[in-house]
Amino acid sequence: MHWKNPYIVIVCITLIVSALLWGAERAVNDYILTIMQFVGINIILATSLNLTNGFTGLFSVGHPAFMAIGGYTTALLTFPAIKAPLFLPELPSWLLGIEMSFLPALVIGGLVAAATAFIIGVPILRLKGHYLAVGTIAFLVIVNVLLTNMSSITRGPLGLNGLSPFTNIWWIFLWVVVVCYVSWRIKFSSYGRAMISMRENEMAAECCGINLAHMRIMALAIGAFFAGVGGGLWAHLITALTPNTFSLIMAFNLVVMVVVGGSGSITGSVVGAIIFTTTIEIFRPIEEGFELYGVAEVLLALLLIVILIFRPKGLFGTKEPFSIPQTPKIRNIEVS
Amino acid sequence: MNFEYIAQQLINGLILGSLYALVAVGFSMIYGIIRLINFAHGEIIMIGAFTTLGLLSTLGLPFWLVIPAVILVCAGTGIIIEKAAFRPMRGAPQVTGFIASLGVSIMLQNLGILLLTAQPRNFSIPAYAQKTVKIGSVTCQLIDIVIIITAPLFMVMLMVIVNKTRLGRGMRATAENLDVARLMGVNVNRTIALTFAFGAGLAGFAGLMWGGKFGQIDPLMGFVPGLKSFIAAVIGGVGSIPGAILGSYLLGMAEIWFVGFLPPVYSSYRDAFVFGLLIIVLLILPNGLLGKNIEERA
Repeated sequence: MHWKNPYIVIVCITLIVSALLWGAERAVNDYILTIMQFVGINIILATSLNLTNGFTGLFSVGHPAFMAIGGYTTALLTFPAIKAPLFLPELPSWLLGIEMSFLPALVIGGLVAAATAFIIGVPILRLKGHYLAVGTIAFLVIVNVLLTNMSSITRGPLGLNGLSPFTNIWWIFLWVVVVCYVSWRIKFSSYGRAMISMRENEMAAECCGINLAHMRIMALAIGAFFAGVGGGLWAHLITALTPNTFSLIMAFNLVVMVVVGGSGSITGSVVGAIIFTTTIEIFRPIEEGFELYGVAEVLLALLLIVILIFRPKGLFGTKEPFSIPQTPKIRNIEVS
Repeated sequence: MNFEYIAQQLINGLILGSLYALVAVGFSMIYGIIRLINFAHGEIIMIGAFTTLGLLSTLGLPFWLVIPAVILVCAGTGIIIEKAAFRPMRGAPQVTGFIASLGVSIMLQNLGILLLTAQPRNFSIPAYAQKTVKIGSVTCQLIDIVIIITAPLFMVMLMVIVNKTRLGRGMRATAENLDVARLMGVNVNRTIALTFAFGAGLAGFAGLMWGGKFGQIDPLMGFVPGLKSFIAAVIGGVGSIPGAILGSYLLGMAEIWFVGFLPPVYSSYRDAFVFGLLIIVLLILPNGLLGKNIEERA
């Protein structure tokens, strides 16, 4: 048995974390359990943003838009068919009758988000560098305006509330494992190497026969799928959805997690998400106790700027510190 | 829809366009000189508005003194932001600066919330500035006229500085090529700091006018106007000052007309319209109306 085999490491980590979670669920109070769930959701979101921004070097800020799409889709699909006509009288009748269980609804939410990514990716991904960032901000604002105004489906600024609290720590953990596994498989495959080569030098990548447009769209869509799932989990964790939640602030928070951890590193995103969420939660009682609202945000923004100045690659750079040997066994090399 | 209504909408468009122009020029200059999309620029509007409020209501300074004071304070803020955040990461990839500017923006917003609370405040300018004036059959406030007249004045002053003075020549040289400008004896750091100062000063003045026009200010007020001014700069061609001015007036007019002349159902889609316009302009005319082709954008 080779201890540097990544799968053994992943399985071990999964088992250890499962055991810890099993213990935590019994030992810890609800407050801390909720914080742990937020940490998990942020890990899903940061890791999926890392898939887009870190691997491919596309700088998308539109992640909350995909979250919103996934979240609203999941919420509408799981909405109890008995309550729906009262609550959302203008909803199209085919949607009214649908009441799904959680897992398929999450997957459909993710798929809808990914499909949206395909559609908007075709025009927007033609933009480069920070213009792409600006384009995705525009997309985020447009999604926000649509959510606020399409009140027959989304109830507008009131939002959807009273959603069933399906999300628990195990659902979140399942998706954390899935998103980390998928990222890992992508990063250490010819597919991921194509993405990374694009980040390093687009022209050289294109000369090697990499289809840039295809890679960009796939990176955006895979990221969007998990963002959609994360949105669904989020919706059923706090049991309410309002358009304002999915703001540029949230996008900024996710970017902070990825940049602090090191864009391109899966471990980095996970650690970034944990640091970020716990900082926010540690400061919450201080903010409320002393009426110092905004302290946590100021400090996090400061942290971001300091990291950008002194350690622009983030904590982990693009590396995965444990597990995989730096020269992995490349299976797909025997192409001829 | 009669003549007065149309004239009124035209004037509203001009006002909005003037305010955007004051901010967009700064965006455009900063982008031109160090290729940085400076999202923190919008927050200067907020700082300008709150400085005005502080000086006018708390210290009770006369209005004519407040205007230069606000411009100076904001110019100073611009220099500090440049020195603290952007100078240390000069030469880093463009996206790094962009993320940092988002960080500065969020930090300023939250500092505002922390120090001033998120509660919106009433902003009162002296009564004589609010007096209504009748031009023909159109009524507007004195401050509207002040905005419409002073904004172009500031633009002209800025263009004279950029095109005719030694400092302006330094700015243009730095924008063209930073290293070569340094070799030619331009003090690049000072030039860039002054560019931030000019941009921030104008944005601060825009903040003063914004507060005077709309009457309420809060720590988050600068973000959306900042974004829209940026869009105006993109429409005109980022990096070009005349382009930024043209883009601002076009965007101001388009936004007002979108709300004023279409059925009211659409008016809540105003932001979607503006940002949709941005995507379309970026894709079809990546260099904007008057921009030069500096680099690949799309």
